[in-house]
Amino acid sequence: MKEFEFQSATTVDEAVSLLAAKGDQARVLTGGTDLIVQLREGLRSADLVVDVKKIPELMTMSFSPEQGLRLGAAVPCHRIYGDKDVAVAYPGLADAARIIGGWQIQSRASVGGNLCNSSPAADSIPPLVVHDAVCHLAGPGGRRTVKASEFCTAPGKNVLQRGELLVSLEFPPPAEHASSAYMRFIPRNEMDIAVVGAASWVQLTAAGDTIEKASIALAAVAPTPLAATEASSFLAGKPATSETFAKAGELASQVARPISDKRGTSEYRKHLAGVLTQRTLAIAVERARG
Amino acid sequence: MAKKTHVATTINGEPMEFLCEARQSLLEVLRDNLAMTGSKEGCNNGNCGACTVLLDGQPVDSCLVLAVEAEGAEITTVEGIADDSRLHPIQQCFLEEAALQCGVCTPGFIVTAKALLDRNPTPSEHEIRFQLAGNLCRCTGYDKIIRAVQDAGKRMAAEARGASTTTNGSPARQQQKQAT
Amino acid sequence: MAQAESHPRKYKVIGTRPVRHDGADKVTGRAIYGADLRLNGMVHGKILRSPHAHAVIKSIDTSAAAKLPGVVAVTTSADFPDLQDKIADLGEGAVNLAHLGANVLAHGKALYKGHAVAAVAATSPHVAQEALSLIKVEYEPLPAVTWVLDAMKDDAPLLHDDVYTKSMGKKADKPSNIAAHIHFEKGDVEDAFAGSDLVVEREFKTASVHQGYIEPHVSTALWNQDGHLTIWTSTQGSFTARQQTAELLQVPISQVTVVPCEIGGGFGGKIAVYLEPVAAMLSRKCGRPVKMVMSRDEVFEATGPTPGSSMRVKIGATKDGKLTAGEAWLAYDAGAFPGGVIGPGCMCVFSCYEFPAARVDGYDVLDNKPKTQAYRAPGATQAAFACESVIDELAEKLGIDPIEFRLKNAAKEGTRRVDGPVYPRVGFIETLEAAKASDHWKSPLEGKNRGRGIASGYWFNIGLKSSAAANVNPDGTVSLLEGSTDIGGTRTSVAMQLAETLGITAEAVHPKVVDTDSVGYTDVTGGSRVTFATGLAAYEVGRDILRQMCERAAILWECDAAEVESVDGEFKTKDKRMTFAELAGKLSQTGGPVVGRATVNPEGPTNGFGTHIVDVEVDPDTAKVTVLRYTAIQDAGKAIHPSYVEGQMQGGAVQGIGWALNEEYVFDGEGRMANASYLDYRMPTALDVPHIDTIIVEVPNPAHPYGVRGVGETPIVPPPAAMAVAVYHATGVRMQELPMSPPKLWAAMQK
Repeated sequence: MKEFEFQSATTVDEAVSLLAAKGDQARVLTGGTDLIVQLREGLRSADLVVDVKKIPELMTMSFSPEQGLRLGAAVPCHRIYGDKDVAVAYPGLADAARIIGGWQIQSRASVGGNLCNSSPAADSIPPLVVHDAVCHLAGPGGRRTVKASEFCTAPGKNVLQRGELLVSLEFPPPAEHASSAYMRFIPRNEMDIAVVGAASWVQLTAAGDTIEKASIALAAVAPTPLAATEASSFLAGKPATSETFAKAGELASQVARPISDKRGTSEYRKHLAGVLTQRTLAIAVERARG
Repeated sequence: MAKKTHVATTINGEPMEFLCEARQSLLEVLRDNLAMTGSKEGCNNGNCGACTVLLDGQPVDSCLVLAVEAEGAEITTVEGIADDSRLHPIQQCFLEEAALQCGVCTPGFIVTAKALLDRNPTPSEHEIRFQLAGNLCRCTGYDKIIRAVQDAGKRMAAEARGASTTTNGSPARQQQKQAT
Repeated sequence: MAQAESHPRKYKVIGTRPVRHDGADKVTGRAIYGADLRLNGMVHGKILRSPHAHAVIKSIDTSAAAKLPGVVAVTTSADFPDLQDKIADLGEGAVNLAHLGANVLAHGKALYKGHAVAAVAATSPHVAQEALSLIKVEYEPLPAVTWVLDAMKDDAPLLHDDVYTKSMGKKADKPSNIAAHIHFEKGDVEDAFAGSDLVVEREFKTASVHQGYIEPHVSTALWNQDGHLTIWTSTQGSFTARQQTAELLQVPISQVTVVPCEIGGGFGGKIAVYLEPVAAMLSRKCGRPVKMVMSRDEVFEATGPTPGSSMRVKIGATKDGKLTAGEAWLAYDAGAFPGGVIGPGCMCVFSCYEFPAARVDGYDVLDNKPKTQAYRAPGATQAAFACESVIDELAEKLGIDPIEFRLKNAAKEGTRRVDGPVYPRVGFIETLEAAKASDHWKSPLEGKNRGRGIASGYWFNIGLKSSAAANVNPDGTVSLLEGSTDIGGTRTSVAMQLAETLGITAEAVHPKVVDTDSVGYTDVTGGSRVTFATGLAAYEVGRDILRQMCERAAILWECDAAEVESVDGEFKTKDKRMTFAELAGKLSQTGGPVVGRATVNPEGPTNGFGTHIVDVEVDPDTAKVTVLRYTAIQDAGKAIHPSYVEGQMQGGAVQGIGWALNEEYVFDGEGRMANASYLDYRMPTALDVPHIDTIIVEVPNPAHPYGVRGVGETPIVPPPAAMAVAVYHATGVRMQELPMSPPKLWAAMQK
């Protein structure tokens, strides 16, 4: 590994000024499960690595049914699925947090880091998209917000500007009769990168038989995590039945534009996008019914 | 010479200080600087678990932790699992049940298993397999590892009970009776 | 001869499950594996590897790297002796030293991505790594070929201009990527096919797979100023590592000591040297110990793998289920240098059955992959995938139960294999009978998208040379010195045989694996030979000790040694008796210590057969295969330590499941491996497999005093075929390609 300087910031301002000074040769360290591998393998370079885990705001996870969830960007995955209230309120997020790497990875990897790594196959991004999460950024010019669905711009690229830091993710309060699910397809049962991932969020009518609103997002089928908007709008007002899920799956499959690579063929991935959409819808609906 | 940072940490209950470069992983420092070679390097990118240590109680791949991050942390390695004079029940069960062949993945499995059993001494087979999926073994096919972890959990639970009540026979024997 | 001895049928030690002697060290992290070694003044070596799968190396400029502060030595193949056309006998067969040397450090051409080109040693691994980036290599890239059938074409990129096809003792007249053609034939094959009621012929292909041991290759060398070279390494064979290194450096073997460290898995992949000669050369240049450790991607890209293959198998049978004829055409890739594992593939393809007539053609084919190496029953798994798949299809078409079909045709004592040898007493039929009687086979498999498969497999299990010695201690214990590196508990399985012979406990034997100066020549830990052959040596050591101890007892008792007999750990005459420990304590009164020694070289295979049953469920939407239940049945001859026999069966089965389902080398368009990490190579995790049930069958091997057969390799042979049959019954698709990964199986299910 090439030499670099290490700084542990204790405030957002300190982190921002360290990052701003070094520009693209400064890297933010949260769990390190992507960054350390990338630095070691020469896929990214850095003159300065800034550990942000000593910044309280980035390590805080606060939830209330009224306010929703504020998730510090460096909070490791195990704290997310380990918190019953959060896991119940945002099940799709907990699903993803529980399957990123193995336990050792989940002890360190954060959803914020997963988002900033901006892999098209990232497991936690589709749940952020369907849960309408908002990213709170801090930079030399002050603070701003960006919708999670608009955060990634290309494989490994995102909206962060020089010196900018992802501070936290804000999730709206859980809605009544609503729930979510995330699934991915991998050839093994753990320790794999998604061949395709799908998150579904649904809100049902009080009777529980009809979908009022839905949101579907896919991973690993496009250069960035993809919101399947046609499938999502199709679902509004439809009965929550397997036929409906199958049709939504078809629509999701149609918007997928995956590549063929070592992890799967384009044709297979398109097919899987439909299968996983169907399956996550079924789970989300079941969860929404309670 | 690369700049070195002073790090103060606690390893296996003992305060430990070291100097390291920022680019050195915790695994590297444990093995090369501190001569604690029980944690193994299998892949150096977080995919085999042979380097698992507990960092503030959580299992982590020490190859994916910078040593400088260990400032102020409590670390447990495989060298800290046994008592002074006695193997930990997990180690004992690994031996009695032949849960290792080449043994190079064993330290990682034992550390992860300890993290699991400390939280839940009676995990199901599926829970053990799920929580140990970050530890690769190429020799055993996992069968005997899973059984050893399960039996170690029972032994730990029995020992915990034995500590609060006076009973006849060893905890292991009580456990055998229970199992039959 | 060993079998002439008479032994109690009831064993005291054999068949028990003692804790392994090296156990406490291995569960506490104290055991010293190769990478754990630290020597004073040690520096760290790293290797620069070719980014191209095939390229001429026009020049290498190491001057900038040599000047980097902290760098203490730099080397390339130019520093090594010229080994053109020197053939060396390395115990397990002859090897062309020029090829071996060129694999260790490229000569003129890089033949695969990851091929070693140059090396540096520096005061820290990070500095060594940085120095690599300062080495300037000028390459002229050439077209690469990574699929065996493409490599066989006339217009394929040629890897070597000095390799000519060797066929039936003849050498071809122009260079070719086909390094060798093997042919076996028995009976009149055409006639036999013509007389068949049913003939099934299918084509198969398998991807390259890696042995996958968790410990990367590692070696430390110290070329001392007195000229002596010591190498601490992770190897399956310290003596063959010594010989290979000495030959490549052209120094006498007496100048080299190899100290085997604990080894973190091998499976056949840690027999050839990679780092040893390079670390030695770097050490000679800098005068300090040089340690070299491979990274995981280096392990994938530059060591192993075992061959990818293209195979065609044709088998005929009569209506009543008797096999009539077999024909197999097997092409295995050898990687960048000749000498893959096609030979055993050809010998094993029909080895489970009695074929009146059969023909096998095999091809050893060069392509731009790392030089292939042995992997657990090398060559047999691919062949069994093909043969067993056809056997299953024949049984189905004939309407005969697959176990009954196998029983009708099973190889047994007197069966002649197509390559010539005639089996002595073997236990294949017994494994089939045990399968038939198993709870697994008798329990119906219910549920949608599920299927059950069964397949069998064979591996020779070799004998070869083993030496051992043992010292009797005054407290009645025995220290055993052996040369077989212990990969899976063989210290204990060998010690148990000495203990049984001496009539003492397993714990009273203290086994040690020692260096090449401290024990007689011992062949590799491979071929499933250690518990058999080194066990035989331990038995002979025991006999030697007992003979000497009887003489010592005779001195004490002032009688003739012939009057003393040793039974169950006691020495006695008509009226006197003494335990082993009592006599051990009195040895100093009888002339001094007793040391037993033996060297053995049993010839011929010990013949291991296994049969596996598997239930799977296939997700109809994703084509993902879940293994629901698995039973491995094997003839172990005699299980010395049943837990470790079971462990071999379970480990082999799971490696076979990985081979069947997901493991493969994926190459990009330029012949570079695209998945050189555990993440994307996808070996099974604990969550991917169920418990592996085992049934040990014991048909004693007549060539071993305790009946031992090798057990380590056979268990990887049946799984891919058994999995393919199970997948067929779950989906209706007969997969003829490995791995049956979800995208491939899904595509097949769409047809």
